Amino acid sequence: MSRILTVDNINVYYGAIHAIKGISFEVNEGEIVTLIGANGAGKSTTLKAISNLLHTKTGSIEFNGEKLAHVPPHKIVEKGLAHVPEGRRIFLQMTVQENLEMGAYTQGGKNFDADLANVYEQFPRLKERRKQIAGTLSGGEQQMLAMGRALMSRPKLLMLDEPSMGLAPILVEQIFDIIKELHKKGTTILLVEQNAQMALSVADRAYVMETGKIILSGTGKELAQSEEVKKAYLGG
Amino acid sequence: MEFLSYLISGISLGSVYAIIALGYTMVYGIAKMLNFAHGDVIMVGGYVSLLTMTSLGLPVWVAILLAMVVCTILGILIEGLAYKPLRSAPSLAVLITAIGVSYFLQNSALLIWGANPQVYTPVIEGAVKLFDGQLSITYISILTVVVCVVIMIALTIFTSKSKMGKAMRACSEDKAAAQLMGINVNKTISLTFAIGSALASVAGILLCSSYPTLMPTTGSMPGIKAFTAAVFGGIGSIPGAFLGGILLGIIESLAKAYISTQLANSVVFAVLIIVLLVRPAGLLGKYVPEKV
Repeated sequence: MSRILTVDNINVYYGAIHAIKGISFEVNEGEIVTLIGANGAGKSTTLKAISNLLHTKTGSIEFNGEKLAHVPPHKIVEKGLAHVPEGRRIFLQMTVQENLEMGAYTQGGKNFDADLANVYEQFPRLKERRKQIAGTLSGGEQQMLAMGRALMSRPKLLMLDEPSMGLAPILVEQIFDIIKELHKKGTTILLVEQNAQMALSVADRAYVMETGKIILSGTGKELAQSEEVKKAYLGG
Repeated sequence: MEFLSYLISGISLGSVYAIIALGYTMVYGIAKMLNFAHGDVIMVGGYVSLLTMTSLGLPVWVAILLAMVVCTILGILIEGLAYKPLRSAPSLAVLITAIGVSYFLQNSALLIWGANPQVYTPVIEGAVKLFDGQLSITYISILTVVVCVVIMIALTIFTSKSKMGKAMRACSEDKAAAQLMGINVNKTISLTFAIGSALASVAGILLCSSYPTLMPTTGSMPGIKAFTAAVFGGIGSIPGAFLGGILLGIIESLAKAYISTQLANSVVFAVLIIVLLVRPAGLLGKYVPEKV
């Protein structure tokens, strides 16, 4: 398995607040890796640092053998790193299809039709609603759109930030089924979740974060069995 | 017939407001700032075109082109030098800077071209006479309305169909998300200022051709009116700016004719207040229901 993402001892600050305290982890090609932990543990901050939306004070992030330190955020996606942000952040006033077009912004356009067909095949609901304004979609549909939009950039690594947030349990199941399916098709995924149980059930490997540090790591199965994780995140 | 004549001059004045308002609204939509210097770019466009025609003796189309080029560059410079460094500053700081830039442009013009009003040479002269000469419509009013409609349609197509235009809308909604799509937000903002300023120069030429006096403060009042028009129509909305501009021009023209010349501006702003009381987002202000 080849290494696709290496996060090496990074420190991130929000003003005076030391949000990420020297964490290191890696993602290998074809894996689902998850970062779990409570609210405020620094999971989303880590993803933002990888996308360079936040400045990393020390440490290094290497994607596909290239250091990302001086790459501006809008150049990151070109390199094959797609980030589905927390709260989905789809363009609410644009149509579903326009959102997907924005996802393909860095692609020259030659694969657009095929990529669009793929996304619509993956998410038939989006196809039905392709001319609808995205703000009128339900929460689950918006999450699907956010994921579809990211897939339009043909990512080598897909980072998902809390895809289950605010969704009804049945939709959470659906979103995780999609994650599993994407994985089966060979997409590498870095998944940030508060829903530890679901995340661990799909993950090859997992890291547990607490107040800006990684306190535990292991395979998804190991951590799901771990007494510590059970007590803290799986409700006993 | 008299009414028709006032109405037409109102639509023509309103078209100028609309062109300026389109620039205001696009910049607001993307940079989320009120570029109060926008009106003064109109004045610069007026001077550049006038001097090209009179001092350099070049043809009208060269004057128009040169004014557009100079104003486009000016717009990009203003954004890059004054506003870009304040991208993450509080909006009040940006607002004060915009007022500063506005005064800077006015005073620079004062220094370069002096305080005396200059007589502007209209880009086209003459008028069509209708109904046995009872109604006369100047060519410049017709040109103004046509140019305004063409600009509005072109901008609508640009923002709804072109990749760059869609990227602009994406930036206006969510800059961080736009960056995650690979959109260069700084470049997009810069482009918006370029388009807005080019429009301002066109507005300047049309305005000065209809009302042929030019001085350093020429752009300031139409700038404020156009801002009002943009708010009136729903700031951030392109058809809104168009509609707001035209309505404002008509209201102003009719108020001047039938109420009082002195009170015309008061009437305009009174209507604005009433509209905003009823529709706080403006006539065509966007409201998208959000689901979580």
